[in-house]
Amino acid sequence: MVALTVEAPAAYVAAGQRIDIEKVSHQFELEGEPLPVLDEVGFSVEPGSFVALLGPSGCGKSTLLRLLAGLDHPTEGALKVDGTVVGDPDPSRILVFQDPTLFPWRTVWDNVALGLEAQGILKSSRHRVDKAIELVGLGGFDKAYPHQLSGGMAQRVALARALVNEPRLLLLDEPLGKLDSLTRLTMQTELVKLWQEAGLTAVLVTHDVEEALFLTQRVLIFGPRPARIVADITVDLPYPRHRGDPRLAELRREALGHLGLAATW
Amino acid sequence: MSSIETVASIPLPLRGRGKTASAAPCSGGPALQRITPVSSAGHGIPRWARRLSGPLLLVAAWHLASITGVLPGEVLAGPSTVLSSAAKLIATGELQEAMLVSLRRALTGLAIGGSIGITLAIVAGLFRLGEDLVDAPMQMMRTVPNVALIPLLIIWFGIGEAPKIALIALGTAFPLYLNVYAGIRNVDSTLVEAGRTLGLSRAAMIRHVVLPGALPSALVGLRYSLGIAWLALVFGEQINATAGIGYLMANAREFFQTDVIVVCLVVYAFLGLAVDFTVRTLERIFLAWRPAFSGA
Ligand SMILES: Nc1ncnc2c1ncn2[C@@H]1O[C@H](COP(=O)(O)OP(=O)(O)OP(=O)(O)O)[C@@H](O)[C@H]1O
Ligand SMILES: [Mg+2]
Repeated sequence: MVALTVEAPAAYVAAGQRIDIEKVSHQFELEGEPLPVLDEVGFSVEPGSFVALLGPSGCGKSTLLRLLAGLDHPTEGALKVDGTVVGDPDPSRILVFQDPTLFPWRTVWDNVALGLEAQGILKSSRHRVDKAIELVGLGGFDKAYPHQLSGGMAQRVALARALVNEPRLLLLDEPLGKLDSLTRLTMQTELVKLWQEAGLTAVLVTHDVEEALFLTQRVLIFGPRPARIVADITVDLPYPRHRGDPRLAELRREALGHLGLAATW
Repeated sequence: MSSIETVASIPLPLRGRGKTASAAPCSGGPALQRITPVSSAGHGIPRWARRLSGPLLLVAAWHLASITGVLPGEVLAGPSTVLSSAAKLIATGELQEAMLVSLRRALTGLAIGGSIGITLAIVAGLFRLGEDLVDAPMQMMRTVPNVALIPLLIIWFGIGEAPKIALIALGTAFPLYLNVYAGIRNVDSTLVEAGRTLGLSRAAMIRHVVLPGALPSALVGLRYSLGIAWLALVFGEQINATAGIGYLMANAREFFQTDVIVVCLVVYAFLGLAVDFTVRTLERIFLAWRPAFSGA
């Protein structure tokens, strides 16, 4: 459904993964009391699509991404990626955290290279590191340490560190949350480009309704904790999109309505 | 220079900074002044020279007190006497030999104590079982002042080289243990999770995330350890030493040679400085990635 004009670079041609989430419930323990966070959440994501998760703060969006990444395991239900139940974390599906979480003792290049180094294939694939850094527009900053980068640059390094592994599922937890609005707009456009070029499945968690609608093909809206899906909006607009598109405004009203904010708009 | 910097942070009065202040627009509100970042303010004198001037002043005052008789030689020999006896001791080779013996003692003790401390810290830091077995006893034992162990060490090891080295080893093991353990346990858990999402194996995680993350803390531990190694050396060398700086000192005490005692003190101090310099260099090399505060 996406009109692609950008040619995929040879390095990133892996196809996206399919996600099936089946009646997943999850709860934490808080001061001895069980804290239900996800309540029978179920949905599927087609391979290669770009989906946004939207919902009130603390409803369980990050938790769901962590479950998908394999960092935690659900109390009930099953998460399947390409038909297989999610086990331990795997570089084929990478979570990009809200904070860049770069390794401060590694340079930009070494941060990006760590995944390949761990797989023992760095020697033969150094060009992939260079390419990933180039892709996020940080060529020339190879030798910089994380403390020498701006917030937006650090976030881009985190993105490169994920992309270099050629993930087939990219889980983005408010990757643009802390950026200033200008950098944010630029990065939004770049994210769409990256997704198109890499041909992967991407799941984006965000607070920002416009961001969700502008970037993705489908917006899942969660209710307050414990989260269940209250709406599933298809964004039927081709890329590249225009922020002023009246259809986006319409969809935004709809989304805000589901979030209980209709009165203010 | 430094007084100007102080002025620069006070916005209102001009206080003789006419040039910069008048160049700034000051219609109405407080006059804007250019604040020079401290690090870029050239001091003219190189940093090492500034660091050296403090000690030099101290020595000058000491010299003055000696030649004016304020400080009699029996209480404390003056710098010139100290220098000449140092020259004598060097000429006979006594001092070098004593230094070598002391240095070897300190380093042997540190090597033994350090390896024990670091190994235990890694075991306790990385494994739950290790923590349960190692940490409680270590926390208990560290409260015993290690100088208080000297009598026990003498009973166990006699009065030769062994109790001296054991004392140093004991003293150095604890700071390294505590800091490396804390360093491992305080490694940012989000970095560990980032490592997990990148598919790092347990060994790779330890090598690439946990140990580098614990390094700053480990170097702090090393610094403490070296400080204690020195202290333990001085105490240890009081135990019937037959060689080393402590022996030289004990001998000098017998004959009221305050000059030799001062030479020994200076040697202790210099060895301490050298060790401190080594740690600083290690920090500069291994912690180059840190946005460290380098001082004004
Ligand atoms: N490790 C944990 N232990 C206990 N409770 C937790 C833990 N992690 C998350 N929670 C709780 O789970 C709920 C959902 O957290 P989560 O981080 O998934 O929210 P979120 O939807 O991502 O919120 P936000 O949009 O603010 O990031 C919160 O109420 C939080 O307190
Ligand atoms: Mg979150």
